[in-house]
Amino acid sequence: MRALREALIAFRRAPLLSVLGIVTIAFSLFAVGLFGLVATNIRETLSRVEERVEIRAYVAEGTAAEAIAAAVGDIGDFPEVARVDFVSQEAALSRARRELPEFRDVYEGTFLPASIDVRMRPGYRDPAQVRSVAARIRTYPFVDDLQYGEEWVEKLARIRNIAGLAGLALGLAFAVVAIMIIGTTIRMAVLARSREISIMRLVGATDSFIRRPFLIEGFVKGILGGGFALLLTWLASLLISRYIVRTTFFDPSLATIGVVGGAIIGLLGSLVSVGRHLRRI
Amino acid sequence: MIRFTHVVKEYPRTGLALNDVSLDVAKGEFVFLTGPSGSGKSTILKLVYMEELPTAGEVRVSGSTTSALKRGDVAKLRRKLGIVFQDFRLLEDRSAEANVAFALEVTGAPRAQIPARVSRLLAQVGLASKATAFPRELSGGEQQRVAIARALVNDPFVLIADEPTGNLDDRATRGIFQLLREINASGTAVVMATHNLDVIRRSDYRTIEINRGQIVFDSAEQRGLPTEEVV
Repeated sequence: MRALREALIAFRRAPLLSVLGIVTIAFSLFAVGLFGLVATNIRETLSRVEERVEIRAYVAEGTAAEAIAAAVGDIGDFPEVARVDFVSQEAALSRARRELPEFRDVYEGTFLPASIDVRMRPGYRDPAQVRSVAARIRTYPFVDDLQYGEEWVEKLARIRNIAGLAGLALGLAFAVVAIMIIGTTIRMAVLARSREISIMRLVGATDSFIRRPFLIEGFVKGILGGGFALLLTWLASLLISRYIVRTTFFDPSLATIGVVGGAIIGLLGSLVSVGRHLRRI
Repeated sequence: MIRFTHVVKEYPRTGLALNDVSLDVAKGEFVFLTGPSGSGKSTILKLVYMEELPTAGEVRVSGSTTSALKRGDVAKLRRKLGIVFQDFRLLEDRSAEANVAFALEVTGAPRAQIPARVSRLLAQVGLASKATAFPRELSGGEQQRVAIARALVNDPFVLIADEPTGNLDDRATRGIFQLLREINASGTAVVMATHNLDVIRRSDYRTIEINRGQIVFDSAEQRGLPTEEVV
């Protein structure tokens, strides 16, 4: 309680230094936030694209309806498969007209093959799984041809891996920078109060007592900086959505993690800094 | 109460500061430490409040021993000591009473008791009327009184004073010395480093003279001859 009050007093005594600290934390976390926004949106887009990963098996003309129905049932039982649809010749034609209305005239009287369309379950959309399911479907004698955009699936998986790794690495780098910046602001705060601290030592205040207000200060700065960074990121995503591309913002739990992360970074930064600088006073 | 046993203190840069110093300070005693600048007076005081630890030998202060020091022992010890310096070491941005209260706050005194104790202490050092004054509004002697009041907050068994009158004129010096005598008379031991010979002559307290890191004279033991400076 006393430590909290001390921390607040410290804010009041050196408002400029405190604001400076919060702003620097906010901007370094803003950088993390912007990258997080990019990563979230890449992920979002990729998962939307991934939903469309499907295997289309073209069925030979004149195949008995029972054989097709049996195959649809079998394929639907594969653990990797989310959905199986039979698309008849007529349905294929009307779908083509619906999806590509510009070519409506071309389809008049055109023949399109019937197909079995298979959608993969999330988590099974990587190239190896898709390939293995495709191979199993190919074994049905009535399957003429099979499409599943092999290259495309592999590229997608690679992009996702690279984006994930880059996000992790950059996020960590920015977090380290933020910790160092917070360490520096705490160091300035410690030095600004070095006289007070030396007197506290002299009259017998314990080290943990001396340290506590600084830790709270770092924690509070981290939370405020994190909140401020969240606001900036939200504004940025709003602007990007309006003028460039539609973006999704973090969901509330991710946003909370961001602010809590800021607080933890603040605490870590002060912990590292305060111990080292107290020893020198 | 304070016991130095064959204490050697060597600083990494400046070399030997104390060379085989043994001394005892009894409960309630008043002791002057004297000697030229750099002789080791301040080092002895720093060893008492355990700002420094001996290179060899042992310092024992009220049950705390440098050879078996645990975490937090130093803070605990300092709550039983009062320390004042030549440069007062007050917080410039706080009033006299806030400076005294600060020492109570940071050592965890019950909040409700602080104001009464602070005004009692300020009255004891003769500053009751200047409780709300800031250090810059006080004379040197008055500032040192605030520092002494602060040193007394936790009822120390010993008051350690490192050149407490070094920055003061004669009148203020006499006043501070009188205050230290009163504090001593009420049972608190006083260890005072000074090279103010007037002060020493005006009393018949025990005097220990240090030169080049060694005790060259101790009026309690008469182990050596007083040098010209002291006589």
